[in-house]
Amino acid sequence: MHALPAGPVPAPRRQLFVGTALTCAGLAALLGGMMALYLRLRDQSLAASGHWLPDGVEVPMVPANVMLCAMLPIAIISQWAVYSAKRDDRVHTGVALWLVALLGVAMINAQVNIYERMAVPATGETFNTMFYALTGIMVALFGAGALFSAVTAFRYLGGRTADRELVTAHALYWYFLSFAFAMLWFVIYVTK
Amino acid sequence: MTTIDTSASSAPSAGTGLACVGDWLTTTDHKRIGRLYLGGGGLGFLGAVVVAVLLGAERISTGSELLNGNSLPQLFGFERFGLTYLGLAPLIIGIALAVVPLQLGARSLAFPRLALAGFWMWLVGAVLAVYSILLNGGPNGGNTRFVELFNMSAVLVIVGLIAAVVCLATSILTTRAPGMNMRRVPYFSWSVLIASLALLVALPVVAGDLVFTWIAYRYPSTGNVLSASTAINDWVGFGFSQPTTLLFVVPVFGFFAETAASATGRRLAPRGILFTAIGLVGVAMFASAVQAPVTLRPAFSALDLGDKLADLVPFALVHGLPLLGAFVAFALVAKNLASRPAIQAPLFFGLFAALLALTAAAASALFHIGDAALAGTTFEEGNWLMVVFSGALVAMGAVAYWGPKWWGRTMPNKALLPLALLAFLGAELATLPLMIAGFADQPGAIFPAIGTGSDAVVNFEYAGNPSLWNTVSTVGLAVVTLAVLAFVALAVRSFRGDVNDPLVNDPLVNDPLVNDPLVNDPWNGQTLEWATSSPAPGNNFAEVHIVASAEPLLDLRVAEKSTR
Repeated sequence: MHALPAGPVPAPRRQLFVGTALTCAGLAALLGGMMALYLRLRDQSLAASGHWLPDGVEVPMVPANVMLCAMLPIAIISQWAVYSAKRDDRVHTGVALWLVALLGVAMINAQVNIYERMAVPATGETFNTMFYALTGIMVALFGAGALFSAVTAFRYLGGRTADRELVTAHALYWYFLSFAFAMLWFVIYVTK
Repeated sequence: MTTIDTSASSAPSAGTGLACVGDWLTTTDHKRIGRLYLGGGGLGFLGAVVVAVLLGAERISTGSELLNGNSLPQLFGFERFGLTYLGLAPLIIGIALAVVPLQLGARSLAFPRLALAGFWMWLVGAVLAVYSILLNGGPNGGNTRFVELFNMSAVLVIVGLIAAVVCLATSILTTRAPGMNMRRVPYFSWSVLIASLALLVALPVVAGDLVFTWIAYRYPSTGNVLSASTAINDWVGFGFSQPTTLLFVVPVFGFFAETAASATGRRLAPRGILFTAIGLVGVAMFASAVQAPVTLRPAFSALDLGDKLADLVPFALVHGLPLLGAFVAFALVAKNLASRPAIQAPLFFGLFAALLALTAAAASALFHIGDAALAGTTFEEGNWLMVVFSGALVAMGAVAYWGPKWWGRTMPNKALLPLALLAFLGAELATLPLMIAGFADQPGAIFPAIGTGSDAVVNFEYAGNPSLWNTVSTVGLAVVTLAVLAFVALAVRSFRGDVNDPLVNDPLVNDPLVNDPLVNDPWNGQTLEWATSSPAPGNNFAEVHIVASAEPLLDLRVAEKSTR
């Protein structure tokens, strides 16, 4: 009687990394779709009434630009975590992960600063809704990123140093956020 | 490189009562999670199809007032949302979750807790959505608070579905058995991968637009186009119509190929072209990127070349390629059926479902040709119902086909065959008359208003003589409902009933060879799920199989024959 050949159980391979990549693809579709509709309604509004931003609203470019600039060190530091993890350097990996988490919280802080300075009411024109929806989702993604960094740091420093894939997936998520924020920055703060 | 997940799923419950319920609620066994989706999807489908029957009955005569006119917007919204996101989507995803890891030779699903969390999100969102629609919320609803609640719950439903498709795609990409490269992935799993990736692009766009309208309804203003009464119609309608809904039925072609291979006992050829064709159906995902219907303008032939190309290229991408893929996939599998297949009920479910999906893809392309002047008519409604019923047929076929792997028993072939035919006839009766009435300019559903039908609620009593078409369509809807109910009753009796019942363990289907490696394979299947026991254990396989071809069990049979 014939039977299928059996073999040893292979180790799971890059499941977390692939899952994170797919999640990032879904988030890219979410943000891309929302930005596309933002630009479409902006065009329609400009064509119909000649204005898009509500009267008296000014976009504070300084914190927005600082946020954009901060994305570069975030990407570099998250790669530093990957580099250190590959060399079993717990101290550097931990420092890098906590720094990324801290910078993630700082991004939320900067966004709140923009909210306060712009003082756009939630009730109002189409811009108001779209501004809060898009930036609100970005804040949520920064929050999720900071949490991701903290969980990764706890797991790694707790002794699971062989779990390098998590650190790599963490870096991928922050690369994605850097790219996504660069797009958002251009659409919301530059194009206005 | 291919790998297999080593983490063991939770063992099947041995307890009763609360312990058993607790096991189901917190399970990480993909077969159970899939069945949770299936059960929820079945309930959602039945609830929404009953509403569809009521709306059909209301249409039959312009004089009757079966339903309150004020409730029509909510009922149309419930029908569309319910059949698409509470019925079709969870049915297909449930089947995929319950089957795909078995087909891959994996011991568990990737991220099973995420899939379970997705189910609970879907369920909570579904309950809240139905509740909000009942209280004058939903698309075209009059109560802004409940419209807002509907938007939030619809986002929850979609996030739950996205969680499930991430798990499915990750599983197929990372947990295949040793030796199973992407060319050796079973047809159904391949089609699930295509559907998952396409939905991963399409569903977040729908969710994003729902977030916009949700916030706009939370803080409404007259100057905000996103909080207008038709906002959900205008900005999210594309997520409830073709070709976006076609993405849910991509696995129909994989199931058809799978059952055809089992019934013919042959390797389907050419495999690469079939894979490509199924992949082309997934190209419909680009419709969601446009967030609006992609059409050929009226008087297309009179346009200059530049305008023609500007219309034709996106049209070919969004409608042409999926139609081409559906046609090639259907034709290739159907061609293999020329070699006298065994009469197996799942094959007929697959055949009928694929035929409906192919017709729906063609109808979707036709609908978007401006010169056909079908915008705002019931044509789109018939087209959409065709997609939904294609999914329902494949869900029934899949339960009949893979049910032994979940419950350890088979369903009777003789009883299933007439049910497959009945469901198919019902689906055709329900959909084709609406499409024909569309050519006679009968106003279409209120939600989603595609084209000029946004005031259809006013025009619900129309002129002309469309009563015949509406009557036939309503009868078709009732037939589908009855066929589904009969299938559910038969499934419960077969899978849960007395083993001496003739409707249980059909001797025509069960393999009589005890102690044969293929004893747990009632259909002469070719893929790995048939290499484990029925029902499959908690971690699916006692040992890891190494795969050397796309049809490992067929190879075994050939080897058996050659040594006899």
